[in-house]
Amino acid sequence: MKLDPRSSKLRIAQLVLIAVLAMLLLGADSDARFSKLGHGLMCMCGCGQVLLECNHVGCTYSERMRNELTAGLERGDSDSLVLQSFVQKYGNTVLAAPTTTGFNRVAWIMPFAVFAAALALTIWLVRLWKSRPVAQPVQQPKLDAAELDELRKKARQETEF
Amino acid sequence: MPQIGSFTLLLALALAAYSFVAGALALWRKDDRLGETARRAGIACWAAVTVASLALVMAAFGNDFSVSYIMHHSNRDLPIAYKFAALWSGQEGSLLFWAWLLSTYALVLRLRYKVDPQLFAYASAIIAAVQVFFLLLVNFAAHPFGLVSGQIPADGNGLNPLLQYPEMVIHPPMLYLGYVGVTVPFAFALGALIMKYPGEKWIHITRRWTMVAWLFLTCGIFLGAHWAYEVLGWGGYWGWDPVENASLLPWLTMTAFLHSVMMQEKRGMMKMWNMWLIFTTFLLAIFGTFLTRSGVVSSVHAFAQSGIGIWFVWFLSLTFATCVYFFVRNRETLKSEHRLESLVSRESSFLFNNLVLLVACFAVLWGTLFPVLSEWVTGSKVTVGPPFFNRVNVPIGLFLLVLTGVGPLLAWRKTSLDRVRRNFVIPTSLALLAAIALMIGGMKPWQDSAYLYSLVAISLSVLVAATVAGEFWRGGRVIARQTGASIVQGMATMTRRNTRRYGGYLVHFGVVLIVIGFAGLPFNQDKEQEMGFGDKMQIGGYTLVCQSYTQDDKPNYSSEWAVMDVYKHGTKIDAMFPERRFYKASEQTATMVANRSRPAEDLYLVYTGRNPDTGKPIIKAHVNPLVMWIWVGVHVVLIGTLIALLPNLKPAKIAVKEKERAGAEVVRRGTVGVGGGD
Repeated sequence: MKLDPRSSKLRIAQLVLIAVLAMLLLGADSDARFSKLGHGLMCMCGCGQVLLECNHVGCTYSERMRNELTAGLERGDSDSLVLQSFVQKYGNTVLAAPTTTGFNRVAWIMPFAVFAAALALTIWLVRLWKSRPVAQPVQQPKLDAAELDELRKKARQETEF
Repeated sequence: MPQIGSFTLLLALALAAYSFVAGALALWRKDDRLGETARRAGIACWAAVTVASLALVMAAFGNDFSVSYIMHHSNRDLPIAYKFAALWSGQEGSLLFWAWLLSTYALVLRLRYKVDPQLFAYASAIIAAVQVFFLLLVNFAAHPFGLVSGQIPADGNGLNPLLQYPEMVIHPPMLYLGYVGVTVPFAFALGALIMKYPGEKWIHITRRWTMVAWLFLTCGIFLGAHWAYEVLGWGGYWGWDPVENASLLPWLTMTAFLHSVMMQEKRGMMKMWNMWLIFTTFLLAIFGTFLTRSGVVSSVHAFAQSGIGIWFVWFLSLTFATCVYFFVRNRETLKSEHRLESLVSRESSFLFNNLVLLVACFAVLWGTLFPVLSEWVTGSKVTVGPPFFNRVNVPIGLFLLVLTGVGPLLAWRKTSLDRVRRNFVIPTSLALLAAIALMIGGMKPWQDSAYLYSLVAISLSVLVAATVAGEFWRGGRVIARQTGASIVQGMATMTRRNTRRYGGYLVHFGVVLIVIGFAGLPFNQDKEQEMGFGDKMQIGGYTLVCQSYTQDDKPNYSSEWAVMDVYKHGTKIDAMFPERRFYKASEQTATMVANRSRPAEDLYLVYTGRNPDTGKPIIKAHVNPLVMWIWVGVHVVLIGTLIALLPNLKPAKIAVKEKERAGAEVVRRGTVGVGGGD
């Protein structure tokens, strides 16, 4: 049976793509997940540090919490399930950032909303200032050399920085 | 000593109060003689606060543990430098130190009153009011000379081990010099508003004060970051802790002020905005102090929770009300003289720069206070930590970086789009090339948003560096053509002629280096392992071999440390000594990080502890790429700011020098000719 050369090329391309994706996505899986989740949790000993960065001597929490995280990943729990189990055990403050639900959404929205509003306001202000009429001289003023020098000096001063 | 300290503090309060009341009355009644007494009382106030501060330092040096503050923050075996640092290591002492710095700034201002006696008199009275507040605090709310009750202990509790590090001797003073320094431009701004001062003279007077305060604050912030990196041993330099954030808030608004103030100087625009920027900066500096000391937000290195928060609330409210009152009353004097002529101009780039800096300030403030707000609204507390701040502030920071690159290429008033296109071709091409090179080199921005941000940050850094280099190149070439000097000499001459502009560009270049340092963050690696004799650990391109581990005993602390040989490609390149100390007086432990810092990456070793079963040390190793560029960048920022502080060399002087040089050249040639003839 002969294969269509175009379809075999396509198949090779598909295999290459799958291999590349597998290398990219699977290679870093468990370590990357541990790091990502561990950096999204706080150590609960009161040191105020992210779980994977807590290093203070004699910490009674971080080692245990890291083991719990490893156990969760080994069980095959999803990210949300792992985080949920930590919240159930330690409370909301175990999460290093507010969630995107309920009132916590405000935490995420507000900075960008302020940014957008300020940006819009600035553009509006610039346009408004730009559109303001400037008083035009009625006739061409006759300037002597000293006045011209003074104006040049002013222009230099205004545009120099 | 405690008696002398207590007495001089009370005396200082009385003098500051007199300086404020008499100064204000003198201005109201236009009584110069009364004003002079107020000025002299202000100077005497500095002497009184200095004596009080010295009394506290002498009590630390003399191991006077009858003073509660000394008992809590010093001990007999504490090295001399740290005994001195005890002055600012606790709540009461640091407030006294704050009062002393404020008095010192005020002293300089009061001695230089002849520059503009009327404006200086207003500023002096306003600073005296701020002095009264801090002296009230140290006299009645946080007295540094309180005595211990009962028997006087034989030794003190010692200084917090984390503070026993050389940088901690200079980090707080730098930060405080920045915080306190803001008071001076604030006082001048409010004074100018009260007296309806015409023109921009207050800005000219305070420009250097503001830059000095900004310089100190920058220095303080990065010394703190370096201290966190070298001492705390978690492998990072910025944790978005409320106390760190508190220092960043006034820094951001002051940076905005330093940019927008140019619009007022050059074009008579943004007068109201600048007034409010400096008011906000001062209020944020005080607010930061309130955050650190009131216990409103939980922080790793805030001072102990105390009752002084309410004092700050009152002071902030009163200051804000005063600012609003005088602004509403005298705002007519703050009308713009010019209008904005084009969206594509230097003015609008400053406007957007201000917008981004203020939004960044809001985002940091919002994140810092959100736990309090959340608890108030929902009854449940949440944590707002590094993931939130990074996700929100990194895009804002990148936008600011774009403006840093674009701004200098725009002309004042109006820039033609054609010129914009022409100026941007090379920097944009270089930025794109950098992005392509990074991807070819192995960076995969599609894998993670952190990698994408890193790629964008480095590419934009290239863009900004190219625009800065282009500005120096173009200016240097013009001078070189005019004078016949080399381009490098031309660049130097041009920088001396306009120190503010080219010093500012150097600051931008320093910021670029700092951003490059930040961009390495997503590629950090770490590994923890128990290391016995001869055990190996592989991290990054390094192989670490534990040669030995041992113990030591010193008067102030005992320590455990390991000797780690570092190999790369099979060759030994270094030996490192991570250490853990146990401070006897405070009975606290601290790590001493071993860091091998190179331009490409830092190899950072922490002695995290010892396995109680095997007795072997546990070593945590970090490989942190590009961190060194942050510290190099800070140095460039500082050099740029110092250059910007220098007065401009007048063109006339340069012309004379060029003539002198040309004359010397003729003489030299003549001499050579004669010599050659010989």
